Amino acid sequence: MKKLFAFVLALVMALSLAACGGDKSSDSSTPAASGDKVVKIGVFEPQTGDNGAGGKQEILGMQYANTVQPTVEIGGETYQVQLEIVDNRTTAENGPSAAAELVNRNVSIVLGSYGSGVSMAGGKVFEEAGIPAIGVTCTNPQVTADCSVYHRICFLDPFQGTVLANYAFNELGVKTAYVLGMLGSDYDQGLMYYFKEAFEALGGTVKSEDFPEGSANFVSYINNAKAEGAGVIFAPVSINYAQLIIEAAAAQGFEGALLGSDTWDNNMVIESAKGKDTQIFVTTFYQEGGNADFDNGIKEWINANADAKTNNGGNDMVAAVTAMGYDAYFTALEAIKAAGSTDPKAVLEALPGVTYEGVSGHIEFDDIGDAVRDSAFIKTANTADGVWDFVKVQGVE
Amino acid sequence: MQELLPYLINGISVGGQYALIAIGYTLVYGILRLINFAHGDVFMVAGLVMVYATTSMPFYIALPLVLIATVILGFVIERVAYKPLRSAPRMSLMISAIGVSYLIQNLAFYITGGVPQPVSNPIPWISENVTILGASTKRVTLVTPVLTILLVVALVYLINHTKIGMAMRAAAKDFETAQLMGIKINAVISMTFVIGSFLAAVGSMLYFTNYPSVAITSGGMPGLKAFVAAVFGGIGSIPGAVVGAFIIGLCEEIIKGLGYTTFSDAFTFALLIVVLCVKPTGLFGEKVTDKV
Amino acid sequence: MTMKKKKTIFTAVVLAVLLAACVAVDLTLPSYHIAVTVIKKATVYALVAVSMNLLNGFTGLFSLGQAGFMLLGAYAYGVLTIPVAKRASVYQYFDGGAIQFSLPEIFAGFLGDTVGSTVGMLLALLVGGLLAALMAYLIGLPVLRLKSDYLAIATLGFAEILRAFFQWNALGPITNGSNLLKSYPTFAHATPYVILAGLMIAVILLLITSTYGRAFRAIRDDEVAAEAMGINLARHKRMAFIISSFFAGIGGGMMAMYMGTIAAAPFKSTLTYEILLIVVIGGIGSITGSVLASFLYIFSSEWLLRGLDSGKFLGINSPIFKNGFRMVVLSVIIMCIVLFFRKGIMGDKELPDLLDRRSRKRKKEAAGK
Repeated sequence: MKKLFAFVLALVMALSLAACGGDKSSDSSTPAASGDKVVKIGVFEPQTGDNGAGGKQEILGMQYANTVQPTVEIGGETYQVQLEIVDNRTTAENGPSAAAELVNRNVSIVLGSYGSGVSMAGGKVFEEAGIPAIGVTCTNPQVTADCSVYHRICFLDPFQGTVLANYAFNELGVKTAYVLGMLGSDYDQGLMYYFKEAFEALGGTVKSEDFPEGSANFVSYINNAKAEGAGVIFAPVSINYAQLIIEAAAAQGFEGALLGSDTWDNNMVIESAKGKDTQIFVTTFYQEGGNADFDNGIKEWINANADAKTNNGGNDMVAAVTAMGYDAYFTALEAIKAAGSTDPKAVLEALPGVTYEGVSGHIEFDDIGDAVRDSAFIKTANTADGVWDFVKVQGVE
Repeated sequence: MQELLPYLINGISVGGQYALIAIGYTLVYGILRLINFAHGDVFMVAGLVMVYATTSMPFYIALPLVLIATVILGFVIERVAYKPLRSAPRMSLMISAIGVSYLIQNLAFYITGGVPQPVSNPIPWISENVTILGASTKRVTLVTPVLTILLVVALVYLINHTKIGMAMRAAAKDFETAQLMGIKINAVISMTFVIGSFLAAVGSMLYFTNYPSVAITSGGMPGLKAFVAAVFGGIGSIPGAVVGAFIIGLCEEIIKGLGYTTFSDAFTFALLIVVLCVKPTGLFGEKVTDKV
Repeated sequence: MTMKKKKTIFTAVVLAVLLAACVAVDLTLPSYHIAVTVIKKATVYALVAVSMNLLNGFTGLFSLGQAGFMLLGAYAYGVLTIPVAKRASVYQYFDGGAIQFSLPEIFAGFLGDTVGSTVGMLLALLVGGLLAALMAYLIGLPVLRLKSDYLAIATLGFAEILRAFFQWNALGPITNGSNLLKSYPTFAHATPYVILAGLMIAVILLLITSTYGRAFRAIRDDEVAAEAMGINLARHKRMAFIISSFFAGIGGGMMAMYMGTIAAAPFKSTLTYEILLIVVIGGIGSITGSVLASFLYIFSSEWLLRGLDSGKFLGINSPIFKNGFRMVVLSVIIMCIVLFFRKGIMGDKELPDLLDRRSRKRKKEAAGK
């Protein structure tokens, strides 16, 4: 019996190895048959886990960009652009193997990820392989600080935290803030830190608390905020928890405003805020309506594509991360064009000099590889209609 | 007092949800001496079924369907994963339970695509807001403990006054002798799983009406905490599990209220270790002597 | 040639071939190739699985605290090896952290760069192991008195508590709170992992074949009888627990090396379950089995079955091959092993015992003729 089992196991292994080999050869033969040259862009994004929903929206932007501009001119020849999408499952421990998978597929440049922790984990692998990476919405300073290949097109946590602190203190006139984040999430904790620093520098007081991963009941946290007399709750948490916090705040009749970071700019969040008596403000990278051509184009594409619509959360609202994904794709094309080669080393050398006018604004890199950005969009939830309303563009004084 | 009230109400509600899960653990442990690690996942599956059912049919059809589906799941798990191992060492049984839990989570992951499934107000009436004594809360918060107590009373009646209840008690006392007395032990065990899953399904419906989404890991923490509650109350004892669950629910919310939010989960486990070391039989558990 | 000698030679040959294969992989493939990643991860899992087998399989103590001890080892490694110059940026929210030295740098100071930093890294691993052992001693005082499933749940709970402490902001200057530890030195190639884990596993093997190992097995088979034979139950259980945790700690440190960043989040009970299932696949009570199963499991989940997730497997395109299908297949296989092949791949046999079976078969054939 056991021998039979071992035999079957061995057989399965042998067969699948053969299949793997077969796959590879067929992969490389397909483009050759059509006569086109191919350049591969790696997409390093979470499709599952806590950030799965956000990652999928970011991928949508890239896929749409790929349909808009499926080819690139390199050295006078036309190359087909092929997206290689790998799921990094949100968590840092899956980062290295997902990144290695991309390297294995011989990508010229990598886009992603939504979420900073996994970007840092993958960054190490990309650095070893010498493949350039463009962070799309990973906002932690650490992503680019110690990694020679990582660049990014979004603003950073210190900036975002300060913007929100300024907005809460100056515009909303709040003196006490309650800050809540998930224990063990570097994204949450980083933003909380910068918000607290900025808010206290302005003369406000901050009460900061953590909740353990997997929490579902936020009622007591809201009550804590009420007991502190907080005028705002700042919770830079992932989409799931944002929904829970809105739910709890509405149920407990919290009268202040909820402040969210870029993760909150998502149609699932607005969906749970719909019809509730809460005030919500978020900072984000892009405001729907900012570029009519892009908006109409992507809406049409999403509506024509059932899978895309499901991945977008069931409607055609354009998330900021989608716009960022779109810009990242074109920035990558610019870099490849500038390099005049599909060789990752050449692309890496060309990338820092790239500038691009994206739908989310002007894109340019500084010495570290971070985007030069000095303003963020602030939006508020229109709970009656279930849409985001534009409030203002806020910078740091 | 006015400040404390919201925490207490919330704690009792959380406790009620834990209680409904904890009974499943305690019943199974009482008879099979097995920590059914998959029970938390059964709870999660019930939530998922509810999400899928309520979006495609009216809730008075959907909710009974959830109950039936969950009960069938519990029954099948027992038949497939535990029954073949009845004569195997206890460790194998526990490993099988962990395996089932792993399988269910991965299956759910596959079906949902790894993205939390949004719950859209499945039972309209109980998710409305009400105000009691100046504290605002959802109606489900008040319904949960009441429903829990009612179900527990019914369960205790079932166990003390019906034939199947008597058989369950006999099997819990002495597995082999009960078999010798002509009790169909497999039927009794299946019954325990059916009851446990039924209560988990009820708990799941109450739990997830309160929350916007069901994630595949949603069952993990409530499951573990409910298990702690069952141990705390004395595993094998139904009133014990219920009392333990309410105590744990209350403690957890009070700890959050005191500002030690970082340790609200850790506290539950610390309590577990302390109870196990000081009074392993829990509050209401019977003293069991190991035979050589 | 005697059977024993034959076995020794057989084992030595197999191990040498494996090591040579690993070196060959390192020499021919770049360090970021998926094969290298798989070997690294599998080696780490193998070490932890063997350490768990020592406790669960050989001593019969059903403990689920492995993830907690790995967490300790990982953090100890990270905290002690991050270069001083990079501490300010890693501990960005805690003013550069409380610890301002790095073991590899200290040793590099007087042993030269390569040797010194390697010594420093190994020492950091050792510290991680010792820390885990110390914690095991402390936690063992109360929990080792508990019986099988109570022990399991208590150790599980302990691992969860530990995780909360490591993410606590008050300990931030040391653990960096909820933020990642990174920028520490790691081994780029797979061979150091294999050699390191191989040595550790060899030590565990020596222990198992010693009188202590026999005492452990006696406890597993029958506690009361073992006690009657004069085995000090409490002492031996504690010993097994501490030793197992020590190696889990070192495994955690190596895991940190593999991952490149350290956070408390991966060290959840899921990790423990995964390792337990690997032990079961390999065969409870077989070191060879645990190692083999680790490689099979990691190889199939990280590489072989990836096609199941991306829509193309065995050359077949099918809509059922979508995200997560790989893990479904794996867990179904695991359930089959748990239910129908309860002994796993190796049962309680070790590598040299494979010769036995073949010779027995030969004997049977001879008798048949």
